[in-house]
Amino acid sequence: MLFASRSFCCLSIRTYQLQTNLLSRSIKLSASATMAFRHKNTRRIEGLDSNVWVEFTKVAADPSIVNLGQGLPDISPPSYVKEELAKAAAVDRVNQYTRGFGHPSLVKALSQVYERVCGRKIDPLTDILVTVGAYGSLFSTIQALIEEGDEVIIIEPFYDCYEPMVKMAGAKPVFIPLRYKNDGNSSSSADWVLDPDELANKFNSKTKAIILNTPHNPMGKVFTREELQVIADLCIKHDTLCISDEVYEWMVYKGNKHIKIATLPGMWERTVTIGSAGKTYSVTGWKLGWSVGPQNLIKHLQVVHQNTLYTCATPLQEALAQAFWIDYKRMDDPDCYFYSLTRELESKRDRMAQLLQEAGLKPVIPDGGYFMIVDVSTLNVDLSGGDEKEPYDYKFVKWMITSKKLSAIPLSAFCGPETKRQFEKYIRFCFIKKDSTLDAAEVILKNWNKQTA
Amino acid sequence: TFLPLSLQTKMSRPVQARRLEGTDKNIWVEFVKLAATYSTVNLGQGFPDFPPPDFLKEAFVRALSGENHMLNQYTRAFGHPPLVKILAQFFEKLLGRELDPMTNVMVTVGAYQALFCCFQAFVDEGDEVIIIEPFFDCYEPMVKMAGGTPVFVPLRLKDPEDGKLMSSAAWQLDPTELASKFSERTKAIVLNSPNNPLGKVFSRAELELIAKLCVKHDVLCISDEVYEWLVYDGKEHVRIASLQGMWDRTVIIGSAGKTFSVTGWKVGWTVGPNHLLQHLRTVHQNSVYHCATAAQEAVAQGFQRELELYGTPESYFVQLPKELQQKRDWLVQSLDAVGMKPIIPEGTYFLVADISKFKSDVPDVPDSDEPYDSRFAKWMMKNKGLAAIPLSAFYCGAHKNNYNNFVRFCFAKEEATLKAANDILQKWKWENTRP
Repeated sequence: MLFASRSFCCLSIRTYQLQTNLLSRSIKLSASATMAFRHKNTRRIEGLDSNVWVEFTKVAADPSIVNLGQGLPDISPPSYVKEELAKAAAVDRVNQYTRGFGHPSLVKALSQVYERVCGRKIDPLTDILVTVGAYGSLFSTIQALIEEGDEVIIIEPFYDCYEPMVKMAGAKPVFIPLRYKNDGNSSSSADWVLDPDELANKFNSKTKAIILNTPHNPMGKVFTREELQVIADLCIKHDTLCISDEVYEWMVYKGNKHIKIATLPGMWERTVTIGSAGKTYSVTGWKLGWSVGPQNLIKHLQVVHQNTLYTCATPLQEALAQAFWIDYKRMDDPDCYFYSLTRELESKRDRMAQLLQEAGLKPVIPDGGYFMIVDVSTLNVDLSGGDEKEPYDYKFVKWMITSKKLSAIPLSAFCGPETKRQFEKYIRFCFIKKDSTLDAAEVILKNWNKQTA
Repeated sequence: TFLPLSLQTKMSRPVQARRLEGTDKNIWVEFVKLAATYSTVNLGQGFPDFPPPDFLKEAFVRALSGENHMLNQYTRAFGHPPLVKILAQFFEKLLGRELDPMTNVMVTVGAYQALFCCFQAFVDEGDEVIIIEPFFDCYEPMVKMAGGTPVFVPLRLKDPEDGKLMSSAAWQLDPTELASKFSERTKAIVLNSPNNPLGKVFSRAELELIAKLCVKHDVLCISDEVYEWLVYDGKEHVRIASLQGMWDRTVIIGSAGKTFSVTGWKVGWTVGPNHLLQHLRTVHQNSVYHCATAAQEAVAQGFQRELELYGTPESYFVQLPKELQQKRDWLVQSLDAVGMKPIIPEGTYFLVADISKFKSDVPDVPDSDEPYDSRFAKWMMKNKGLAAIPLSAFYCGAHKNNYNNFVRFCFAKEEATLKAANDILQKWKWENTRP
């Protein structure tokens, strides 16, 4: 109350203000009935209010819990990335607005990197849009190109935002699951495939787009050229778009190659490819992403962008541009961060898989990305007491958090309504974690086995 | 190797969604490009060319180089806890009511994204939204993209008194005209005070008029208050949410970019009752989800410092308006000396000036689609190297010629920039008065 006597008198917070507030509160109570009706939400967001992350990040925020749930690294970003941000922020002009569709030095750097990868000319000003994370690119793409009456094919399991974003655009999500196809005991993400006939049946005249995610979250699947060709053939046949979420593009493990569907014949003109600084440089808190594609598609994303947030943060874009130049120059060198991070992750992947196997679990070994899904049904944990409607994996993760102090994400969060039961015995672990985190997870998993023995 | 053109199969059907109709034009894209193309003294786009305050730059460096490298990772989606907590504390004092940082505050990517969330959350097809002209240009396309119908009501300029420069207070709403714009379909009104581009600071009486109509017609108020600290001559910025009946129907929007002179950080916020903010959260979690962490951390520290220094001479919220008032007066003097008639703004870092006296340089083109002031501004950029924004940019298509003899200048500029502008104006006047 120090302020009341000093400064706020200057702002004229007079005593009658308190009386006004009391009065307005009583008015509020009597008018609340009409207000509640008139100020309800728009149709476009009806039913889109719940969100698995809001639920589970809150629960896992307790520092005593070993957090392998939400996909964020607890390893440090490379030092030069942090240094570039400090350098950028020291330049006064860099603390003010930049070009709306993307900071010039950043779009230039991105165009160079992707020209090299795609083998085609990419215009930094017309073929690229910088967004607030890949999330923002997904939103801009969907708002720009999808509307009521459209159908959008989503492959299950899927990164959870695809479904609400498609719905918010007024369109209908059409789901198709990845199916396990292997007789043997080995479990690799490559064993999960789309049935080509089943996929073909999902396409019709209303299909506006298919959303592809490779490397795939949560499965870690890296779609092969043949698999991509099947999708491409259908896109061309039905004249549909492809929204290709490739945020984990650099994280592919030995024996696998990341292929951009936009490079397949006939696909450049109908594909928007999405990337992420957060995943590329282990800086999820920078929230910078990008869409790359032909001008005739990107121009509509740019219109959405100029009417939603207009421009992204300047110092972060400048720093990212400098980081990209450093790695662009060494793209032939194994020390390039794109490759060195992947090598680091591969050993974490292998360690994680071993820990889970030793605990009697069956992990699906990912070919890419930094997630691993695990079948927990073999543990036979009885959770029948709870809410009937809640899928098993939700119950399992909540139980695991409270009783084992280890968090993960339930896989049914990544499924459409029909498929939730199919995947409810799986949970997802994130392994882009420092050694001490994985050590702590190891202790829990080893003790777990002992307790149930 | 590049693919042969024959294998590039374009999409044969129209690709873009209908919601984009009529929203593709944007003056900034055009004028920013022009200002960059011609070397200009740039008083156009609204951003400071002076540095952000040291304490804020230091806070950012601390956030980046500190031990906590987790500031490079995701934070809480609806706002970094230290930031929402300090914002809640600050606004509690300003509004005289208790605020919960978790439910009454949401952080956004600039005030721009806050506006977007409001329209997406509350404006459905068929809803009308009242927009006061002239308006910050994004309100109209955002309403349209949400399927709503913008309904415009003008601020009208009173007649000048002979020989005296006018104040932005001379721009006024006609109460009867305003009341006539409210219908059954009116969902919201957008208020911007202090006002961009005019610099008008709505008085308590003017706000009470708007508030009464909102309560009577049960309408939401989207209150864009990004220039809340930039008020001059001892004028008071009154928050409409503090008026009777308004808290429950108002979303207040603010901006770190304007508050702390860091437009490139893109940190904004909304403050309001939970029953409104819950819907903003739904839009936010389905569009961008998180905002960048480090900038939020630094802004939180900035606010912490300001809370401690509130009302004292060291406060940035005292120093910045003081500095800007001097720059305002300087620019007013420059423009008046050469015959452009500036309207003295009560707030913001913009002013509009009547350029009628310079019309002989840019002849009128009858039947031109482009408003006169827009042609004038472009000519001035190309030929005089001085960038400003035509006032017509802040009007809807149908009303672009209502006030087409004005351009908007931004005076949040270093002394050197304002001096350079003065030199251009002096030279111009001299060239015009030569025999």
